[in-house]
Amino acid sequence: MSTTASAGLPSPNLRSSGPKRDPAVALALGRSRKRRDIIARWLCVGATTIGIALLASILATLLVRGLGGISLDVFTKVTLPPGSDGGLLNAIVGSLIQTAIGTAIGTPIGLMVGTYLSEYARGSHLGNAVRFVSDVLLSAPSILIGLFVYTVLVAPFGGFSGIAGCIALAVIVIPIVVRTTEDMLQLIPVALREAAVALGAPKWRSIVFVCYPAAREGILTGVLLAVARVAGETAPLLFTSLGNLNWSLSLAQPMASLPVTIYQYAGSAFDDWVRLAWAGALLITLGVLAINIIARVVLRQRS
Amino acid sequence: MSQTALSAHQLTSRKSRLSGDAIFAGAALVSGVFVLLLLGAIILSLFIGGWPAFHAFGLSFVTNVDWDPVQDVFGAAVSIYGTVLTSIIALVIAVPLAFGVAFYLTEVAPTWLRRPVGTAIELLAAVPSIIYGMWGFYVIVPLMSQTIQPAVIETFEGIPVLETLFAGPPFGTGLFTASLILAVMVLPFIAATMRDVFLTVPPVFKESAYGVGATTWEVMRSIVIPYTRISVVGGIMLGLGRALGETMAVTFVIGNTNRIATSLFGPGNTIASIVALEFPESPAGSLKLASLLALGFILFVISFIVLAISRVLLKPRTGG
Repeated sequence: MSTTASAGLPSPNLRSSGPKRDPAVALALGRSRKRRDIIARWLCVGATTIGIALLASILATLLVRGLGGISLDVFTKVTLPPGSDGGLLNAIVGSLIQTAIGTAIGTPIGLMVGTYLSEYARGSHLGNAVRFVSDVLLSAPSILIGLFVYTVLVAPFGGFSGIAGCIALAVIVIPIVVRTTEDMLQLIPVALREAAVALGAPKWRSIVFVCYPAAREGILTGVLLAVARVAGETAPLLFTSLGNLNWSLSLAQPMASLPVTIYQYAGSAFDDWVRLAWAGALLITLGVLAINIIARVVLRQRS
Repeated sequence: MSQTALSAHQLTSRKSRLSGDAIFAGAALVSGVFVLLLLGAIILSLFIGGWPAFHAFGLSFVTNVDWDPVQDVFGAAVSIYGTVLTSIIALVIAVPLAFGVAFYLTEVAPTWLRRPVGTAIELLAAVPSIIYGMWGFYVIVPLMSQTIQPAVIETFEGIPVLETLFAGPPFGTGLFTASLILAVMVLPFIAATMRDVFLTVPPVFKESAYGVGATTWEVMRSIVIPYTRISVVGGIMLGLGRALGETMAVTFVIGNTNRIATSLFGPGNTIASIVALEFPESPAGSLKLASLLALGFILFVISFIVLAISRVLLKPRTGG
């Protein structure tokens, strides 16, 4: 459609039947309109090229600086003082634990809120308020969620802990899952619900055994996007799980995480720490982008 | 006898059914209310945590430019200034780019290219904030300090206003570099929102315009933009909301200095960056920690207002 649009010069017989006009002026006008169109098109191609180039630059930087730092040691050794050939094992494990628990706490809550919005609160004032608040939380600065968990869990209960980090991440997971769950439940045809009701299923059974399976891919996409988002979160963990340079699996103790370790290492003056930071940055970015692409593929299969 | 037994059975089954529904509906309602309480708790906890600072400095906390841990005097003015300034410059840079990308993805690009290019732009939004920080610090900062800033400073030397706006020395870090990184970070959000709202324009409107001979650009300017204007502003506000609270990327490149720089190349602070950077040196119960929490409260209020406006503007278009 877009490529067929032309400057739209009047055709000869139209010109003879319409009001009299100067063909030279019409031609010049047509040319200038066409020129403007071409300029606009090139500018938007330029803008898109800049966008793609930025992504390419980020990925290239990560590959160039990060690939050299990746070795078996990164995955088998814990973080050590500068100059002693440490790895990132405790940071990777800590990130996996916190992301997993955060998602495990946040997903059921988000699922229930999404169900509430879609199935129970359509058009109600309370539902609109919940939807609004959830959308605000979706875009709220994550550092504030870290500060919030700090004031309610870390400061009163004697210190930084892995579980505080998990809860901060769970708070970030909830609105993401809410949004996709509500959107996906909305897409389920009324006929499907009616069929369940006609068979005598109570509402909750029709939601759990008909609607959820029908929206499975969409809900899964939301969970995957939430995992990708929280796996790279740094700011909320600074105030909650803090980071830990020693090996620790205790949720009651400060816990290492990949983003926080990268933050500490990237700003340090030691070459081997900076190299490890780039290796960690490469790992986390590839992981996050891979999850994003998988989430898109899962969703596309449905639609 | 058997009939009464049956009806009793039916009765219990209906009862359990009802209670199953009641439990599930109750759980859904409780979850919904929980989200409301969560937001309330976040606001309340930041306000209570920041209360000692509000109490000690009163309203002048917002206008005071001092941040002096030694004398226990804290003000938010520099951080608020840095937050608002960097976010607005970021929007000035990102909005035209995002518009170009959305225009390309909806009208100009060949159909087979739309999905891959759209995905690439969306992936830009998925890159973690800390990666932007490292990329900014190791790639953009050297580029700024060695090439761009010296050239700009030299060009504007002697021109009255621009001279102060772009005064040296070329550190590479500073407000402008932070704005650039923020622009890259909010670009995909604004572009994706714009693309989605552009797609809501009924095809028949555009086809009528094409039918009378309008060019692609004329369709964009006279049909698509007027039709989606309000939602486009909503998308921009969404980007602003993101930029205001961005932490890790800004922390790497802002320069972390607590004074109001007249030059855009000067170092500064944002609320999020000062909270992230100063928190480790703020013991529990100190006035400094309270001041950081008070800053968090202010940031929350600003973000909340911006995001609320964004949602109201986007609502008619995206239907949520």
